[in-house]
Amino acid sequence: MKDQRELRDIFCEVLMEVAEKDERVVLLEADLMLAAGTYPFNSRFPERTFNVGVSEANMMGVAAGLSAMGKIPVATTFTPFASRRVYDQVFLSIAYAGLNVKVRGLDPGIAAQLNGGTHMCFEDVGLMRNIPTMSVVEPVDEIQMRRMLPEIIRHDGPVYFRTFRMQAEKIYDEDYVFTWGKPDLLVDGSDVCILAAGIMVRPALDAADLLRAEGISAKVLNVHSIKPLDQQMILDAARTTGAVVTAENHSILNGLGSAVAELLVEHHPVPMERVGVKDIFGEVGKLDYLFRRFSLEAGDIAAAARKVVKRKAT
Amino acid sequence: MNPEQQAFLKERAREARYLAIKALGNFGVGHVGGSMSVIEVLIALYYHAMNVDPKNPKWPERDRLVVSKGHSGPALYSVLAMKGFFGRELLDTLNQPGTNLPSHCDMKRTVGIDMSTGSLGQGISAAVGMAVAAKLDRKPLWVYTIIGDGESQEGQVWEAALLAHSRKLDNLVAFTDYNKLQLDSYTDDINTLEPLTDKWSAFGWYVQSVDGHDLTAIVEAIDNAKAQSGRPSMIILNTIKGKGFSFCEGVVRSHNMVVTPEILKKALEELNYCGEGTQ
Repeated sequence: MKDQRELRDIFCEVLMEVAEKDERVVLLEADLMLAAGTYPFNSRFPERTFNVGVSEANMMGVAAGLSAMGKIPVATTFTPFASRRVYDQVFLSIAYAGLNVKVRGLDPGIAAQLNGGTHMCFEDVGLMRNIPTMSVVEPVDEIQMRRMLPEIIRHDGPVYFRTFRMQAEKIYDEDYVFTWGKPDLLVDGSDVCILAAGIMVRPALDAADLLRAEGISAKVLNVHSIKPLDQQMILDAARTTGAVVTAENHSILNGLGSAVAELLVEHHPVPMERVGVKDIFGEVGKLDYLFRRFSLEAGDIAAAARKVVKRKAT
Repeated sequence: MNPEQQAFLKERAREARYLAIKALGNFGVGHVGGSMSVIEVLIALYYHAMNVDPKNPKWPERDRLVVSKGHSGPALYSVLAMKGFFGRELLDTLNQPGTNLPSHCDMKRTVGIDMSTGSLGQGISAAVGMAVAAKLDRKPLWVYTIIGDGESQEGQVWEAALLAHSRKLDNLVAFTDYNKLQLDSYTDDINTLEPLTDKWSAFGWYVQSVDGHDLTAIVEAIDNAKAQSGRPSMIILNTIKGKGFSFCEGVVRSHNMVVTPEILKKALEELNYCGEGTQ
């Protein structure tokens, strides 16, 4: 089931609520306000909205300057332009300078859909988690966005958050309690642990259903914070299940799968598979095609789970 | 400025050159050329224009300076030490292990630095952001930034230039250290900026072009710039890379060069500065 409303609208609504209480919050845009759904913020806080035009590098520098003056800037654009295009600016002018800017990458990975391969960014998590002090997070649905965004603003330090902008698959209920950096246990299980993030959470839950029908008990965690990564919780999951699958809407290089592999190989190696984009470029298409094209479907996650469970036995 | 003030500023410039070349010589290598070309503008800023408080370096109402050409750090550190932001003995730690005075400006390490810079083209964007923030908060403070001529080959400089004009940032005064040289060779031979004055004018800035080693001219240009309303200012400083010492003045290889004890000794003799410590 999908959320009733688009995630970009929820983002804007929550940002306005936060900005109402905290006048330090300002919004930066690079001519994508319509896509980013932030026009209401612009209408409500015209003085605190800075649409700098199509100049993302400058946007990150201006955001840094605003932060140096005590503001909490939220800079938003499509994922490739929020990460790879402005990597040095985010690295130096924001993180290295110790400034507190929130960078929002819109429509990560296959969510770029009809913008196609040029806009399809499978690198952003890897790039951003390589920057010291940078937090890398991904809200999955409306409820999580509502809980997470105020914490992103409250967090003292730079944050990169990648977010789907349309109606997301509903994962959480109203009673959901969000904790910064702590993965959410969505399904408990004992044979294998599936660690998923973003739009891969729904296929991960579906995979758990498929596996259950075959007698395989899968635990599913939503790892909404790739950095910091909750080492304890992930190691506990690896210890109790003995097999791990990661599922990410990102390259299998340097993203969630890599982060988990780095952790496990040093502390508790178990059979592991990474479901993600296999070091290839993106291409144009709609979401259902792209899930299939890049082998990101529930069936792919279930197949990976079967593999690791089998390896565990040998 | 009266002759006495002029003489005072001139002596401060000599003092800053003395401290900077000693710091660079003490380490043995560094960004000599681009440090020496900005000495006068730094003196004009810190001894004439800027409202700062060395005893309260993070004072929120202070004027800001972004040295976008971050490799001019050694010159800036010398002037900050002269102003009392930190002790002069710290200058001897330039680039030493664990130092708070690295080659490129670092706001987390060095008291008095308003922005970390070093990857060229970025600082001017941060200065624009600071000026925008000051406008938003209706703070009557000034934001200054110094960019290099080689740096002006970065596209981001011109992105920032567009926005500063678009946002009518008349609280922003930028300088180009136009020393005509960049790391590899003459700027005109590599990728010319000419006509530079016309470019900034065309971007909607109030542009002045002055002798970047003439303190009186720089001071007047800053005062002119601050009298403008509705647009940002660019002051093009016609400078000489490595200004002040025969071993580096106008020398192509002065961008990052060795300063041996012999070179330092000769440089200090040429400078003939003996009034260290005067305020």
